[in-house]
Amino acid sequence: MGEIKLTDVNKSFGSVHVLKDIDLHIKDGEFVVFVGPSGCGKSTLLRTIAGLEKVTGGEIQIDGKRVNEVTAADRGLAMVFQSYALYPHMSVRQNLAFGLENSNMPKAEVAERIGEAARMLEIEPYLERRPGQLSGGQRQRVAIGRAIVRRPTAFLLDEPLSNLDAELRVSTRAELAALHARIGSTMIYVTHDQVEAMTLAHRIVVMRAGKIEQIGTPLELYNTPANRFVAGFIGAPHMNFLSGEVVEKEVGNATLLIGGSHRLLVPMSDRKLSVGDKLTIGIRPQHITLANDPGSLRVKVRLVEALGSETVIHADLNGEKLLAVVPGQRQISPGDDAHFSVAGAPLHLFDGNGSRVKG
Amino acid sequence: MGVASRFILRRRGGKGWHWTDIVTWLWLVGGLIIMFGPAVWLAFSSFKTPAALAEFPPSILPYVTQQATVQGYDKPLQLFEAKLPDGSTRVLAEVRRIGVMSQMVDPKTPGEIIKVNMNDRTPVRTLSFATENYTEPFVHFDFLRYLWNSVFVTVTATLITLIVNSMAAFALSKYEFRGRSVAMLIILATLMVPLSVIMVPLYSIISSLGLFNSLWGVILPTVATPTGVFILRQYMLTIPDELIDAARMDKASEWQIYWRIVLPLTAPALAVLAIFSVVWRWNDFLWPLIVLSRRELYTLQVGLSIYSGELNVQWHFILAMTVVTMIPVVLVFIFLQRFITTGIAGTGLK
Repeated sequence: MGEIKLTDVNKSFGSVHVLKDIDLHIKDGEFVVFVGPSGCGKSTLLRTIAGLEKVTGGEIQIDGKRVNEVTAADRGLAMVFQSYALYPHMSVRQNLAFGLENSNMPKAEVAERIGEAARMLEIEPYLERRPGQLSGGQRQRVAIGRAIVRRPTAFLLDEPLSNLDAELRVSTRAELAALHARIGSTMIYVTHDQVEAMTLAHRIVVMRAGKIEQIGTPLELYNTPANRFVAGFIGAPHMNFLSGEVVEKEVGNATLLIGGSHRLLVPMSDRKLSVGDKLTIGIRPQHITLANDPGSLRVKVRLVEALGSETVIHADLNGEKLLAVVPGQRQISPGDDAHFSVAGAPLHLFDGNGSRVKG
Repeated sequence: MGVASRFILRRRGGKGWHWTDIVTWLWLVGGLIIMFGPAVWLAFSSFKTPAALAEFPPSILPYVTQQATVQGYDKPLQLFEAKLPDGSTRVLAEVRRIGVMSQMVDPKTPGEIIKVNMNDRTPVRTLSFATENYTEPFVHFDFLRYLWNSVFVTVTATLITLIVNSMAAFALSKYEFRGRSVAMLIILATLMVPLSVIMVPLYSIISSLGLFNSLWGVILPTVATPTGVFILRQYMLTIPDELIDAARMDKASEWQIYWRIVLPLTAPALAVLAIFSVVWRWNDFLWPLIVLSRRELYTLQVGLSIYSGELNVQWHFILAMTVVTMIPVVLVFIFLQRFITTGIAGTGLK
């Protein structure tokens, strides 16, 4: 079992309030990713769950039992650290055995568990080596192995891929997903990389400044971000944000003015909005198409990145930056005028506070 | 020319001499003589007889004047190379000296006395090592007992120093608690208090604890050294906290974290402190002299001082025993210095 429930968790370091009223319910076997910019408190939240930091308010439950006062060792969790934190003076085998020996496990069982984990992670040839003699990817496996042999109720992973090179990161990411499918334990994963979050998570927890901004499946976050921050954080390249103004309002629809002159008819059920309200319109770069009709947005091209399979166009619309990712290769160069069409594109509307406006 | 000599003899000026080459050579050779000269003199002089030691001008190597037993004389006579009035030189034995004239005999024809001016003769000297300087103290003087006392004090004090100081350093580097920096500052501040200032109170503490005239009375006051705590703490600060968090997740107790994780990783700093501690304790003189008043408890350094009596200083024995007392310290340096230069356990972290 590996059900973790956080209720109103708060954490301060002196006068610095790092975690603010965190409510989170992680189901058994779930793969949850905490994502957010650096300093948002995601690592602190993970360490709080691990028991390495004490909460200053609220309650943490593991499998229905309050664990606020339980030490890290007795919470039954295992953690993989960003630096791997392998004991440099011990061989790989000793690294794996250390935690088991500390819980007075019989030697035969220790050997069996190490053998099993080593087979699973393909680190058998390195068992007698020291961590200093391993490559980054191998160390990473050993760090995961050290967690696996403990057979924990849940795995806590603190940016485990950030020290690997790009190629290894992609393959290790796939291995992690396969590993989770195989052992089926709860995993909590911290990263600042939204691609990792999107590819691995069942549910993503987006955090900012010690608060949870949104919890949802990757596609929920992508399709219906709860606020401007989440909209900007999830998806690559980032979502475009244009300022707009409500100029006409009917039942179920509204007309917005964007880019100074362009009128856009959008479905809108929010009744609180009225004519004259300022809004932010979010459009994903992939949803913009190149068009020729004069009703589309007329932009100035600033930079073109030809990636072969797609072309990234950096453009300028009355002083606002606009990014478009269009498929294929295009004959377009900086300085050109272009027409961007947003017809049919899913639009995300945010009010002055950055909250999503119902479409 | 070998690679080594080419490296050592390389000059900035290429084939010529740049002025920095000259300064460098003078500085290094001068430094070698100043630093190493006394040690060499000590080592060679420890093999000199008392007479050779008293000689002026002193020599580096231990020479003795050769002697020969000549028929008709009870004692062996000293041999000299004498310049005779006819210009030839012969090896003669000196019978006695009267004023500036020396009465000499040829060992082959002992009957005939030859008179030679003192300035016309030079002693026939050969290199000779007076090993009795070393063997005598072992027989007549309780050298082995003093050696054992010194070894016991040094080893025990060093072990306790390493354990006590590393524990303090562990707490001061890895635990967050109120007053941590104040505690560290106070420990460092004690560096400024010399032994002579606290000698009297220390003496009364030792005496009231009943440790007077006991080797533990020498050991215990020295084991907590601020320098040691400082060296170890600075080193432990470089051990990543994530390792300790990992050990905590691995169900390690605080003692296990200290003993199995932090201590092995501090080995290079421990080696440095061990060297310091061995040298300090081995060379300690004043404090053992105060605490120990029974002869059988003397450490080597105190024992050596017996040789310098009020009227008669037996330099040859002092020099020889000084060489012996230096050996362990030199050995410690030879064996442990690699720990200083190479950290035995690279951190293994990115």
